[in-house]
Amino acid sequence: QTVRQIAGLALRRESNALKDSVLKSAGGALAPAAGGASFSSSSRAAGSMTVRDALNSALDEEMERDEDVFILGEEVAEYQGAYKITRGLLQKYGAKRVKDTPITEIGFTGIACGAAMQGLKPVVEFMTWNFSMQAIDHIINSAAKSYYMSAGEIKCPIVFRGPNGAAAGVAAQHSQCFAAWYSSVPGLKVLAPYDSEDARGLMKAAIRDPDPVVMLENEILYGESFEVSPAVEDKDFTVPIGKAKVMREGSDVTLVSFGKMVGYCLEAAKALEKEGVSVEVVNLRTLRPLDRETIASSVRKTHKVVSVEEGWPQSGIGAEILSVVSEDCFDDLDAPPERITGVDIPMPYSHQLEAAALPSVEDIVSVVKGMA
Amino acid sequence: YMMMSSRYTTALLQCIRRGGGWSSSSSASTEGCALALSRAGFASTANSEITVETNPVLTHKLDAVTNKVPSTTITVSAAELKSLFEQMYRMRRMEISCDMLYKAKQILGFCHLYDGQEAIGVGLEMSLDKKDSIITSYRDHALYLARLGNNGEAVHKVIAELMGRGTGASKGKGGSMHMYTRENNFYGGCGIVGAQVPLGAGLAFAHQYKDDGQIGVALYGDGAANQGQIAEAFNLAALWDLPCVFVCENNHYGMGTSESRAAKSSAFFTRGDYMSGIKVDGMDVLATREAFRFAKEYALEHGPIIVEADTYRYHGHSMSDPGSTYRSRDEVSDVRARRDPIEHVKRLLIDNDLAEAGELKAIEKEIKKEIETAIEKAKGDALPGQETMFEDVYVATGDASARGTRPGTWHKLT
Repeated sequence: QTVRQIAGLALRRESNALKDSVLKSAGGALAPAAGGASFSSSSRAAGSMTVRDALNSALDEEMERDEDVFILGEEVAEYQGAYKITRGLLQKYGAKRVKDTPITEIGFTGIACGAAMQGLKPVVEFMTWNFSMQAIDHIINSAAKSYYMSAGEIKCPIVFRGPNGAAAGVAAQHSQCFAAWYSSVPGLKVLAPYDSEDARGLMKAAIRDPDPVVMLENEILYGESFEVSPAVEDKDFTVPIGKAKVMREGSDVTLVSFGKMVGYCLEAAKALEKEGVSVEVVNLRTLRPLDRETIASSVRKTHKVVSVEEGWPQSGIGAEILSVVSEDCFDDLDAPPERITGVDIPMPYSHQLEAAALPSVEDIVSVVKGMA
Repeated sequence: YMMMSSRYTTALLQCIRRGGGWSSSSSASTEGCALALSRAGFASTANSEITVETNPVLTHKLDAVTNKVPSTTITVSAAELKSLFEQMYRMRRMEISCDMLYKAKQILGFCHLYDGQEAIGVGLEMSLDKKDSIITSYRDHALYLARLGNNGEAVHKVIAELMGRGTGASKGKGGSMHMYTRENNFYGGCGIVGAQVPLGAGLAFAHQYKDDGQIGVALYGDGAANQGQIAEAFNLAALWDLPCVFVCENNHYGMGTSESRAAKSSAFFTRGDYMSGIKVDGMDVLATREAFRFAKEYALEHGPIIVEADTYRYHGHSMSDPGSTYRSRDEVSDVRARRDPIEHVKRLLIDNDLAEAGELKAIEKEIKKEIETAIEKAKGDALPGQETMFEDVYVATGDASARGTRPGTWHKLT
């Protein structure tokens, strides 16, 4: 995790060379291609894929499949993407379909929504979801609500994507988690991939979906490599929107999470297993529409539940999970449902403060052990 | 307005020779000579034409791009003028009925009326085709009417929507600010001031992407013109040469704030800076029609352009605004007397013997009846059923449900 944080610091804007050398020296799962700065998707170990490559290949395949799909955002074209998610796409599809925009979020998001209403399929990149606040009016009032307000006349098949939540040392204005805000809006579909299978499958599903989709990715996960089955690499591989995935089965407690925290839950599950606690990990994958049924049936089995999220506690995803559990399976609970969240403060900069402001694997282990 | 058909010139010369001469008030001599015309007994047929001189058009940076300018000498036939009259009159009567229905509490909520601005709505529709895309602000009833065909059925859809009926433009789910027709490329109706402008640039973007020879048109007011997102849309449209016409309907007030209190520069046609702009008399449908025709041609060949149309709204900002606290009643009645767009066309028709007064009265009567019928029908239409609440949240609903007010109440989305 420390290496990731250092790498993250180096990831800030133009330090690609520094980032590469740091990641290479990190070795193992964090090292991308051996050949230097370009993360070529063909040079991964067979059967494994970074989240970055998962997203990149999904975008590539969906652009090839449907001419109406195009990408716009800051630095997506010539720079190859601030986080290299759109690497190679300008070269392959040209400037008509991969468009660099000026730093004008509300302008280009509005244009993308208008283009979607007229029949195209835009994929809008926010360099981070923090900048979406400039454009949030269009996401909500133009994209999410138009089909309803027009009683079915006006569709808006648009995907908004980008990294969400804390990165490493980027401080308060660049670390906010927007899961709670966007997932509260009817008319949007809100997705949060964890691993490469999620990233590929949800991105392809999102682009094929006729509704406006918010895709909350995670910067720290971009460089992480995950095993993928051959099915995942298929051109038509999609993951269903609105269905959670049980990552790991267990019988003593359910951990419900999304995005990067799913990884932490899996780590905590391994640690708890050594102490004889059997943990079931539910990866939400979709925040709206929320898969209440998978959560409830897990709780009916384990009788205990902890929600884990990076974002702020008040009115957060955890607040929703706990309400869901209370409404749908109260009688199956042996203990009050709990939530682990980020600390209720703006994100501090200094790295140990930042670490303390976010949930840790130890937090999860401790809270689970503390449940009677 | 000076009228210069060849027949008129002859009559004018006769008038002058009769000793009338040019009086200092040109309108008086126009009137006098018009009477002379009708006494001379010019026959009016459907094919007869007049040539009209419209008010001058101001341009901004246009000559850097093209040596074309919108024409101010417009030849128009009796049939065309009658059609323009009828279309504007229907818009006017529809909006007046909305006023009455609102006061009778048959319409609730927001209601922003367009009366006074008809020359823009009709001029625009006459210069485009249904494959061009239009988006406007919350003051959208008349634009929607025009896009849908400007007939009794379309009036019914507007009134029914305002009265919240299931037969309305958006099945009672949108209301005044949210009327659309995808088939005829009308994208609303937008409740967020200025948001429609980047959306409109996006419509133009799609046309460019598809290379289909159509344009996007985004209308906005003088109040909206100061929105940052409009400057962003201008930049992107110009950078990408989008076939977009930005139409500023300058009615001089953003709600209760006059343009001089809101804008450092109220020369809205220049606010695109590097972008060409033209300013036309928005109360003259012949001028607006020509300006939009010019703008469409320009947009397809050169890229985005601003058309500022100088117009006026008789009503306040909305039905909850009397419209008299920030402007004088004299100002309103003065515009109505001197510049009313419908009266102007009526005078052109009658004064040039292109139509009898009685003929126009018959059209007016017919339209009033049409609107009465639409209102009566709307009054009798059913409200939307409860199940429609759960329709159209998503296109692809999957298994999704919406929670009701009470715990455990779930409604499948359809």
